[in-house]
Amino acid sequence: MTDQTTITDDHEGLEQFESRTRRIMLVWLPLACFVFVLLFPFYWMAITAVKPNAQLTDYQNHSPFWVVGPTLEHIKYLLFETSYPGWLWNTLVVAVCSTFLSLLASVFAAYAIERLRFRGARVTGLLIFLAYLVPPSILFIPLSVIVFQIGIFDSKLALILTYPTFLIPFCTWLLMGYFRSIPYELEESALVDGATRWQILTKVVLPLAVPGLISAGIFAFTLSWNEFIYALTFISSSENKTIPVGVLTELVRGDIYEWGALMSGALLGSLPVVILYSFFVDYYVSSMTGAVKE
Amino acid sequence: MPPVSEPRASFWRRFVESRNGLGLLFMLPAAVFLLCFLTYPLGLGVWLGFTDARIGRSGQWIGLENYAWLMDDPVFWLSVFNTLFYTVVASVLKFGLGLWLALLLNRHLPCKNFFRAIILLPWVVPTVLSALAFWWIFDSQFSIISWVLLKWGIISQPINFLGDPWNARLSVMAANVWRGIPFVAISLLAGLQTIPQSLNEAAAIDGATPWQRFTKVTLPLLTPIIAVVMTFSVLFTFTDFQLIYVLTRGGPVNATHLMATLSFQRAIPGGQLGEGAAIAVAMIPFLLAAILFSFFGLQRRKWQQGAD
Repeated sequence: MTDQTTITDDHEGLEQFESRTRRIMLVWLPLACFVFVLLFPFYWMAITAVKPNAQLTDYQNHSPFWVVGPTLEHIKYLLFETSYPGWLWNTLVVAVCSTFLSLLASVFAAYAIERLRFRGARVTGLLIFLAYLVPPSILFIPLSVIVFQIGIFDSKLALILTYPTFLIPFCTWLLMGYFRSIPYELEESALVDGATRWQILTKVVLPLAVPGLISAGIFAFTLSWNEFIYALTFISSSENKTIPVGVLTELVRGDIYEWGALMSGALLGSLPVVILYSFFVDYYVSSMTGAVKE
Repeated sequence: MPPVSEPRASFWRRFVESRNGLGLLFMLPAAVFLLCFLTYPLGLGVWLGFTDARIGRSGQWIGLENYAWLMDDPVFWLSVFNTLFYTVVASVLKFGLGLWLALLLNRHLPCKNFFRAIILLPWVVPTVLSALAFWWIFDSQFSIISWVLLKWGIISQPINFLGDPWNARLSVMAANVWRGIPFVAISLLAGLQTIPQSLNEAAAIDGATPWQRFTKVTLPLLTPIIAVVMTFSVLFTFTDFQLIYVLTRGGPVNATHLMATLSFQRAIPGGQLGEGAAIAVAMIPFLLAAILFSFFGLQRRKWQQGAD
């Protein structure tokens, strides 16, 4: 996080000595393959979502790669005849609340570890990092017992309270990096001017760490939007499900797969994070690489 | 009253103004959360592994019985094999392809930011939802891959992607690699961008071939970040749950069960919380090994920066 500056030298370096054909074979061809493979599932998802049922499995008379007379029937079915809007709302509530809670706790924790440097701050920082490495796959069984014992099983609260287990370590770790990049001198001069620690945090440090807060916030939002195993384990009633769980458990019935509805469910469920992502690409990249680089 | 409350107030003030006091206070929300919902469950999970707890009934201590039972359970050993196989093959592929993609993107390209943005998409979209798309792509009858290969005359029958043990293993691996490449590529790209171009140019002037420049200049400078990225990648692959759960649920005949999915299967639908917890605990030694690997990777980074 300390070296945010990506080198943007526009000079071509050694590449100018390459021939055009060599460049096409070595760069553009592999790159095109990568892009094709990485994006094809989305294309397939989108095209299936708008295909009329008759064309869906009829590969003889219609090219599967294209659609004649796209339909909104599947999306309409999803929005008006299933609990999909409810799941969308649940996912949103859970993601927003758990992100907010995690950010709040993480800002204080990161500031304390990075700037107050209390006794044991280094060890605490390391523990936070280790906490980030504890996977939900080994926590969900005991957590389900706890969630059941405190009586929040099958409620949104169960998810709001458990998602921060992976969000807080991540956000704290990320924000520590941001706080580290803010010069000490600013805080010192505020201290000399008689500001309290609280004032320094809210008036000096936080405004400077806004990019970090945005990064941590949208990243945490995406992580909680995508979370699956806790939502699958802790939620049992249809009206409390989140998008990933709802689409998988309620739209798949028996052996008859309604691929159109399934794919439009997947498409609509991905859209919010993709839109968010498209606005904040650089923040995503910086939080992803920031968390790794430190 | 004032004489009584005054020392209290000043104690509070002293507490808040001291580094340790305020530090403690600021750490409190995060610490409480993590202790209640991370440390405690971790301990509880280890304890559950030694009990015969079932859903709706707290368990009795039964010592190592769960583990003894698992030792004799061929399905458990199959899941261990699957997990290791899945992790090793998928991580190697992710690393190779991710590094290749990072090197491609590190070149002088028009619309570099655009490429970077679309390449990260598989990683942004919820795994379950993209796995659904793969489920449809791997359909036994209407798979688009089968259709194209049939059309080109490469195969004569549709491929049974998820119905045959080895096909199923390879298919879930392909989906996992697809999802993992962006993370590896973009992280390594960030590492590549910190390597000054001049080093490569100097090596070229000294007569180094492109391959030598890659192995003797780029790779050593990238090693520390590779260590961290791959630790993360290995950790997340090892504990993967979502892809398997969507695509195969561990089938056909347990051929794709990973330890995480088996633990879920036994604990939640099966109701054997104790046994499920024991399987989850059995994952911990592997994770510790990965974390230690990361630790030594980071150590090396300091040495390379010449910190001491």
